[in-house]
Amino acid sequence: MQFNAFVIPFNIGLYFIILYVVARSVIWFRDLPRTDKLRLQRGFFGRPFVLSLKEIFMEGLIHRKIFLRNPLLGYMHMSLAFGWFLLILFGTFQADFLGDQHLNPPYKAIFYRYFNPSHAETGLAGFFSFLMDLILAVILSGLLIAIIKRFWSKIVGMKRTTKLKFLDRLSRTALWLIFPSRLLAESFTCGAYDSGSFLTGSLGSYFAGFLPVDILAMPFWWLYSLSLGTFFILLPRTRYMHIPAEMFLIFLRNSGIRIGDQHGACAEAQIHSCSSCGICLDVCQLGTSANITNIQAAYLVKGLKRDDDIFDLSLNCLMCGRCEQACPVGIELGPLRMIQRRAGETKKDMKSIWSGYMRVRNSDGNDILSENYKGEAYTYLNPQIVKDNTEVLYFAGCMTHLTPGISRSMLKIFEAAGVSYDFMDKDGSVCCGRPLTLAGKDREARELIKNNSDAIWRSGAKVLVTSCPICYKIFNESYHLGLEILHHTQYINRLIESDMLELNFLNRSVVYHDPCELGRNSGIYSEPREVLLHVARLQKSNHEKEDALCCGGSLANIKIDRRKVTDIASDVYGELTRTHPDYLATACPLCKKTFGKSQAVNGTKTLDIAELVAMAIEDHLPEEQVKSYMISATGVIA
Amino acid sequence: MKAFGFAPIKGRVIDYDKNDRLIYSYVSDREPSYALCIACGGCAATCSAANFTRFSLRKLNILVRRGENDEVRTEIDRCMLCGKCTLVCPRGVNTRNVVFLIREAFEKYDNYAV
Repeated sequence: MQFNAFVIPFNIGLYFIILYVVARSVIWFRDLPRTDKLRLQRGFFGRPFVLSLKEIFMEGLIHRKIFLRNPLLGYMHMSLAFGWFLLILFGTFQADFLGDQHLNPPYKAIFYRYFNPSHAETGLAGFFSFLMDLILAVILSGLLIAIIKRFWSKIVGMKRTTKLKFLDRLSRTALWLIFPSRLLAESFTCGAYDSGSFLTGSLGSYFAGFLPVDILAMPFWWLYSLSLGTFFILLPRTRYMHIPAEMFLIFLRNSGIRIGDQHGACAEAQIHSCSSCGICLDVCQLGTSANITNIQAAYLVKGLKRDDDIFDLSLNCLMCGRCEQACPVGIELGPLRMIQRRAGETKKDMKSIWSGYMRVRNSDGNDILSENYKGEAYTYLNPQIVKDNTEVLYFAGCMTHLTPGISRSMLKIFEAAGVSYDFMDKDGSVCCGRPLTLAGKDREARELIKNNSDAIWRSGAKVLVTSCPICYKIFNESYHLGLEILHHTQYINRLIESDMLELNFLNRSVVYHDPCELGRNSGIYSEPREVLLHVARLQKSNHEKEDALCCGGSLANIKIDRRKVTDIASDVYGELTRTHPDYLATACPLCKKTFGKSQAVNGTKTLDIAELVAMAIEDHLPEEQVKSYMISATGVIA
Repeated sequence: MKAFGFAPIKGRVIDYDKNDRLIYSYVSDREPSYALCIACGGCAATCSAANFTRFSLRKLNILVRRGENDEVRTEIDRCMLCGKCTLVCPRGVNTRNVVFLIREAFEKYDNYAV
C-alpha cells in the first residue's frame, strides 16, 4: 500500500506551511536593515550558529525556562513540543529504515502504522514500536495537563490563562485532536492486524473484542490527517506561529540583533514568537494587585498581531519589566511597548482574513504624535546656572524634590566626604525627560535633554550623581554626556570603598526594595546592598533582584487610577515588611513616596539608602558643616 | 440692570453658549477622576514648569472646564509630564493623564475646536 486519499489534507497542510515559513523568513530577512542583514549572515557561521541550535533545542523543545519556573507546566510544554519532535524524527527513521521502501514522502512517516499495519514486532522494529508508543503516551499525558489547565489552571500553578480568540480556539482544538485521533487510529489498525506495542497493541486487542476495528480505523485516520491539515493551514494566523518564528528569533538574537526603537522585521519576528503561554499574566502586578487584566504583555502582542488599536493599552503599564524577565521566549516586551507608545493610535485598515497571512507592517506609522510637535513648548527654559570646575555634579531630580530628606542626606554625605560638588537643581529641576520619553514623546524630551546637557557640560564636572533611578536611566542611555554617571548608591559605595566616609553601624534591620528603573531596567543590584551592609543588618525578602516587585508608582503608567497605585503599593509593602524590619530601604524617591501611604498602617518606615547613610554619619560631622549643608539644602538658616 | 450702572464687563463674561466644552468632555470621558478636581492649586504649587514660567495647571483646568480653550492650546504644551502634580493631588486626580488627554484632544480636534 503506497497511498490513500486520507493523506491529502495532511499533505496540503504540510506543503503549505513549509512554503509559508520559507516565504515569511525571506520577507523578514528582506525587511531587516542592512547592518542587521550582515549580522544575521555572520550569525549563521561559527559560534553563534552553535549557540542558536543549542537554544532552539533547550528552549524550543525542552522548554528549560518554563521548567525552572514551574516543573509541571514545563513538563506539559516539553511533552508536546519535544514529544512531537521525537515522534516525527523516529517516525521518519522507522519509515526510511524499517519500512518496505527507503526515502519515503513525509506522510509515510506520520501515518506509518497505516502503511505498515502488520509490522514485525521483534528486534529493532519491535523496539521502535515500543518507543513510538511511549512517546505517544508522554504526549497524551501532557495533553491531559493542557486540557485540565484550560479549565482549572491552578493545578499547574497559574492563576490566569490567556483569553483566546476564535481562530486560536479552532486551531487549539485541531491540535488537541491530533494525538487522541492518532492513538485511536493506530489502535484500531493494530487491533485489526494484531500488532502494535504496549499502548496501541493492547488498546487495539481490547477494542477488537467488541468493535469492528477494521471499519473504524479509517474514519480516525481521516480525523488524524484532517486535524493535522487544519492545524498547519491555520498556524500562520494563530499563536502557533511561534513555533517557526521562535527559531527565526533565536537566530536573530544570537547574531546580536535587537529590536531597537522602530517597528521592523525584528519586532515582527518577536511578536509572532509569542505563544500566549500566559506566564506574563501571573507576574504582572497590575493583574494580581490592581485587577487590571487586559493590558498584559500577551494581550499587547495579541493586539499587535490583529492590528487592533492598542495605544491606550500600551500606556497602561508600569514598565517594571517583570514580564520581560519572566518571558520564556525572551521577547523584548519593554521596547515593543515603547514602540507602540511612540507610534500613537493605530489607523485601522480593513483587513480580510487572507491578507492577514502576508501582513507586512511598515515602520512609517511611527512618531505620529510627535510629528505635530512644533518645537516651541519649552522655549521658556533659560540656560541653567551652574558653578564652574566642580568635581561632582549632583542632580536630585523632580521626585527627589518631593522627598527633600533624600537630597538633604546627599548634601550631608558630600560634605562629610569633603568632595567639591555642586547641587545642579537646587532651585527646582528641569525634568530629565524620561517621563516624556515614557509617554512616547521623544522629540519633546530632546529639548529637555539639550537644556540639561548644556548645563552639565558647562559645569565641567567629571561625575554626575543623581538620586533618582528614573533620571539615572535616561542620563545613561539617551544623554551621551561623555562623563561618568552614577546613581547615588553607586557613588556612596565608591566613597565607602575609598575610605572617604566613616560610618557608624546603626544596628537596625533593613529590607531592601529594588526600584524597577535601577534594578531590572539598569541592572544595578550589588551596590545598594553593599552600602546597606555597611550601615545596617540587611535581611532577605522573598523578592530580590530580578524578581523584585514594583511599588506601583511608576511614571511609566499614565492611565492608572491613583487608588490602584495605592492598592499595589500596599500589597508590595505588606509583602516586603513581613518580617517586620526596622526600615524598608529603597533607592528611589518615587518608591519612597509611593510607600508613604502604606507605612502608617504597618509601622515600618521607608527610607532611602542615602538617608540611612546620613543617619550613620551623624556623629562624625562638625556642627558647622551640619549648618552649612542645612542652609544650602533649604535656604533657611536654622 | 444697565440703567443702574451694572453693565457686565465684556472680558469677564463666561458665555457657556459660545464656549466649546468638547475638550473637557473628551478628557472627563477618558479620565473620570478629572471630575474630582477642587482647583486647590496643589498641582500648580509643586509644578516643575511653574518654576520657570507662569504655567499653572490649576488655571488651565478651570479654563478647560469652562470651555475657554484658546489659552490652553499653547500653554498645555509647556508641561514636562514629570508627574509631581499627580503625586501631590489630594483628590487623587491623575493629572498627568489629564494633561496627556488635553494634548491628545487638541491634536484630534485641531480643526474645529474653539
